Amino acid sequence: MYTKILLASDGSEHSHRAIDEALKMVDPYKDEVHIEVVYAVDGDQSKKDVLKYGDSDTASLKRKEKFQSTIEYIEAKGLAADITILHGQPAETLIEYANEGDYDCVLVGSRGRNKFQTLILGSVSHKLVKYIQCPVVVVK
Amino acid sequence: MFSSTLKQEWFGNVRGDILSGIVVALALIPEAIAFSIIAGVDPMVGLYASFCIAVVIAFVGGRPGMISAATGAMALLMVTLVAEHGLEYLLATTILTGVLQIILGVFKLARFMKFIPKSVMVGFVNALAILIFTSQLQHFEGEGWIIYVLVGATLAIIYLFPLINKTIPSTLVAIVVMSVIVVTMGIDVRNVGSMGELTQTLPIFALPDIPLNFETLAIIFPYAMALTIVGLLESLLTASIVDDFTDTESDKNKESRGQGIANVVAGCFGGMAGCAMIGQSVINVKSGGRGRLSTLVAGVFLMFLIVVLGNVVVQIPMAALAGVMIMVSIGTFDWGSVRNIHKTPLSDAAVMVITVVTVVVTHNLAYGVLAGVVLSMIFFAVKISRVRVLSLYMNEAQKRIYYVQGQLFFASVTEFQESIEFNEIPSVKEVIIDLSESHLWDDSAIGALDSVEAKFDQKGIDVTFVGINAESRRLLEKVGGVSKTSF
Repeated sequence: MYTKILLASDGSEHSHRAIDEALKMVDPYKDEVHIEVVYAVDGDQSKKDVLKYGDSDTASLKRKEKFQSTIEYIEAKGLAADITILHGQPAETLIEYANEGDYDCVLVGSRGRNKFQTLILGSVSHKLVKYIQCPVVVVK
Repeated sequence: MFSSTLKQEWFGNVRGDILSGIVVALALIPEAIAFSIIAGVDPMVGLYASFCIAVVIAFVGGRPGMISAATGAMALLMVTLVAEHGLEYLLATTILTGVLQIILGVFKLARFMKFIPKSVMVGFVNALAILIFTSQLQHFEGEGWIIYVLVGATLAIIYLFPLINKTIPSTLVAIVVMSVIVVTMGIDVRNVGSMGELTQTLPIFALPDIPLNFETLAIIFPYAMALTIVGLLESLLTASIVDDFTDTESDKNKESRGQGIANVVAGCFGGMAGCAMIGQSVINVKSGGRGRLSTLVAGVFLMFLIVVLGNVVVQIPMAALAGVMIMVSIGTFDWGSVRNIHKTPLSDAAVMVITVVTVVVTHNLAYGVLAGVVLSMIFFAVKISRVRVLSLYMNEAQKRIYYVQGQLFFASVTEFQESIEFNEIPSVKEVIIDLSESHLWDDSAIGALDSVEAKFDQKGIDVTFVGINAESRRLLEKVGGVSKTSF
């Protein structure tokens, strides 16, 4: 049973598609499922966000806010969810985090925007699939 | 001797720090040389500055893992000083800048940096990018078509090389490749050697050779002030970016003090004033640098390379450096601020644009920041000075109630008084002014209430102020006035 799921997301609507697909897998026992939404902030994003929001604390807060709708979407489907923000190069950071935790499955939503789009379609998605030790589901 | 935090800050990440420090040193060399040329001094001045600042800040800085050295923002502020008074005055200014920064750090004044609004910050960054770009145009003059080819090729390598390898800085690859091409093919273009001398010696201690009098201070103080503000601005902004990327905290006052100490040392060893570098710091943390060791390695390795490779460095064509600087300016510019300009509030967009325009016209980043801050304050005062006054008649038009919404202070009292009808219809005997959704801020506000009361008194109308909040009431009691107010 997939009960502990990690969802790599960029906070866009597209990760909703990944959630819908996940629901198809876990629907019969969805009360037991916990989805952890995870997002990795890289150097350029840090620079952009700090310039935009003024300081690191505000930037962190805004990032959490950005994921509020995703969390609400998951909770509306009857699953438990929370959000973790990581810092570092997206692929390496996500792989390390996924392998340290004891996850049943890692979900990756594709067709995101900006960085994440290239992440999923490029060589980095290959890295995720290759180096994450548990099953990885890439939702197109 | 070391406390455990200090030990962690130095030796918590030895391998990552040494590797990233080397990467940063390689990326620093072309920039330090190019920034010296922007400022109008010999390349060694920027290189000595980068060495001194990086080494000193490694020990005394408040943000481990951040890279400080000679920067474009600071170099751009020095141009007129160097042109009119020469290098010795620049060194004196650098020392004075350091002293001012130490004072700001010791008195914990770094927090006043938060009074610089975000839109001014963005304008500052954009203006910096534009100035770095325009300062490169001089290298195109008098070189013919070949310069465009060389700069184009440099940019192509810088942007395409990362597709092959991301560890080696592509700017360095571009510089090496272009130098080899120019030297082997014997292309006749200006190189670093034609811009000034490059000595392969370590910096030596020497105080600037200037007359110590009031006249000197009058010359250098305005420049030192501008350098202090711009240096701290960029350093604290960079510190926030590094804080964010590494998800750790930093000591901003210690960093201000550290920047000051580093600049004093740089000035004493023949270097120009510098500050933290956004681009290099991002390169450092992205390459795995986290601790103080990375900054130290960057500075020491930079000097090592110059001492060993000095006679090779003079061969670098200016075209390659211009290419690197164009890349720096493109990377510095906050493109998002232009792309989303239609989404930002008009006043914020105006502040950003005015900051940029002021800098581009005056060639002084400090003036731009000042103009931006003043304009933001005016906009803020205008926004907050809007008062809404609603009124209605009661008791068959014997009584009129005014509801005041908004802040009452010097800028808003006129609007408040204008929205009150003093030529009341005869049936009105009593006026009630409800201030429960308002706040009294200063003397002008109290004065306005007094004047309203006096005017109604002349007409024989009773005025009562109600709903004054506790803080406003304290002000009222302190200032006095409003003789028969009922609270």
